[in-house]
Amino acid sequence: MREIRRQIVKTLGARIEVVRQGKARANRGPVLVLHSEDAYESELPLIDELAEKREVIQFRMPGYGKSSLPDWLRTIDDISYLYLDILGQLDLKKVSVLGFSVGGWIAAEMASKSCERLQKLVLTGALGVKFGGAYARDIEDIYYHPKEKVQALKFHDVAKDPLADMTGYSQRQAMTVARQREIIAKFCWDPYFHNPALKMRMAGISVPALVVWGANDGMTLPKYGRAYAKHINGARFTLIPRAGHYPHVEQPGAFKRKIEKFLG
Amino acid sequence: MELYHFTEFPWPYLPPDDTFSSMRVNLPNRVYDPVVGAELYHSYLDQYVLADELGLNCMINEHHQTATCLSPSGPLQMAILARETKNARLCILGNPLANLSDPIRCAEEMAMIDNLSRGRLECGFVRGVPYELFSSNRNPTETAERLWESIDLIIKAWTSHDGPFNYEGKWIHKRQVNVWPRPYQQPHPGIWTTGGSDLGHACRTIERGFTFAMFLTPADRLAEMFNGVRDHCRVKGLPAPADDRFAFMPLVAVGETEKEARKMIEGVFWYVTHNKAELQFRAPPGYMETALYAKVVTGQFTGGRTDAIRTKGIDFFRDNHVAIYGTPDSVVKQIKSLYHKVGGFGHLIAMLHAGDMSYELTAKSMTLFAKEVMPKIKHLGSVSTGFGPLAERKKARPKTKTRKKAKSRA
Repeated sequence: MREIRRQIVKTLGARIEVVRQGKARANRGPVLVLHSEDAYESELPLIDELAEKREVIQFRMPGYGKSSLPDWLRTIDDISYLYLDILGQLDLKKVSVLGFSVGGWIAAEMASKSCERLQKLVLTGALGVKFGGAYARDIEDIYYHPKEKVQALKFHDVAKDPLADMTGYSQRQAMTVARQREIIAKFCWDPYFHNPALKMRMAGISVPALVVWGANDGMTLPKYGRAYAKHINGARFTLIPRAGHYPHVEQPGAFKRKIEKFLG
Repeated sequence: MELYHFTEFPWPYLPPDDTFSSMRVNLPNRVYDPVVGAELYHSYLDQYVLADELGLNCMINEHHQTATCLSPSGPLQMAILARETKNARLCILGNPLANLSDPIRCAEEMAMIDNLSRGRLECGFVRGVPYELFSSNRNPTETAERLWESIDLIIKAWTSHDGPFNYEGKWIHKRQVNVWPRPYQQPHPGIWTTGGSDLGHACRTIERGFTFAMFLTPADRLAEMFNGVRDHCRVKGLPAPADDRFAFMPLVAVGETEKEARKMIEGVFWYVTHNKAELQFRAPPGYMETALYAKVVTGQFTGGRTDAIRTKGIDFFRDNHVAIYGTPDSVVKQIKSLYHKVGGFGHLIAMLHAGDMSYELTAKSMTLFAKEVMPKIKHLGSVSTGFGPLAERKKARPKTKTRKKAKSRA
């Protein structure tokens, strides 16, 4: 396990926790990991493995970890401004952003505003866009269904859900998960997991993008992922079998091969 | 003590219990028959007309997408009752402010009802129950703030008489606010809120001079909350709240015999046994305190108090003063006992009807409650010295021991 460096960056009235691993390389830009709503990613071997060849940086979403959640922050759009500001403050260049689910939404918001410091985008199960008509449920309503159904929508094999069994959780661990879910509700309840403006703004994304989807994703069907790729100039779409909304959790090997090839 | 009649306007004709998972949110409205429903509406309104004739007050509420309550807008019944009743205080508990997109419209509607009724409005403002965040699509994390911001804006609108003002707050933006009519009661109708376990909310309600109401809560929890508020006022050096700052709603039935009362309360108990909702409807993230939600997330909380008391039955309810029933003498005794256990309260909202209880049976229970019980408990409870008809009534009322006690407290 590589050394982990943590810092707090002050930006636009917020304090964001930045976690860095691996050595910065002159020939390879860093990878920025933007976690999903349950923040599985920081616990995955993937982070350490990616850090073999380049620096891997994680931003913790406002309210997560040591990041603050100022009152003025109300949208995922707002968060993207913080993150773009941090890229500037840390003078990060040629950044490849790996965004997962809500983190993928933040990545798309960032790239739609400025690709100046970006090199590539990998969007996995990314949310944030409304493609269908007014009566279409683009993204399944995770607040409406019972817990077991939501798990089945999100995972091909529910046993692989890192939060499948929380019975032994300490009060502190339980509070962390609960707090994270409240934060996601705050940002994503309405409009439900999307920004109505993002579909048109995606035309501003000017870096190569790979859209990765689980073939059995029930929360956002593969056709949603395909539409996502279609709205980004030149983006490629790839499907991972036997995986749901978090293919990097359920099929880490296949996922890593796909993105290593794309990142180069 | 002020006494109120309450029915939630139920739709009692449900499919077999094991064929649906929730009374709320997702029970299809094909279960509802408009021809039968129309009769029910009239029958329920008749109950309130009778309440007025008997000298009882009226409490009205609203709910959405549920067979427990056919009233999707409390102001509608309030408007009808403002015309059809003569003397009753008309209490709405309440306007679900956090879910309403326009609190100024609510200010206008309530002002009109206050005028129509010639000053009989008791105006409740509530956050709304968690299930209704689905029908309103309101973000659960915003509801507490929206409730209080809306209350402040409505009071400002009710008490501004010199033309428009503008408002750009955190959750609400309104331009050129200038409500017509203005309220009948001056400076504005009495305000109520409701609450469960959130003591901070209860304290805030009392500090603002409003009335705090709780529903179907066991006496020890009720005492804990009411006394928690009283302690808070003491510690902060505030005047002790009079009893009329506290309201409670139990299930109530009064029969000529214990046996008859038991039959009646079994009818009212329908509300408890049929009030089921899937867990995720009761606990959207951000609605409840994080510590409790953490228990939902990890599976430690599966049904909570609501489910527990549902299964405990009528006797448990009676022991805890959540169901008050029996002969008139027995009911008087139970109310007095509850009054003393919780350190006093000034409004008893009696849920005298639920389920498929007939008008005749309900009317009998109401009549005994008004004629045999009310005279023996009416004198209970101290009254605030603030504005409003209750304070006026206090001046007109003969002195009693309880009132002296309240005076020394104030």
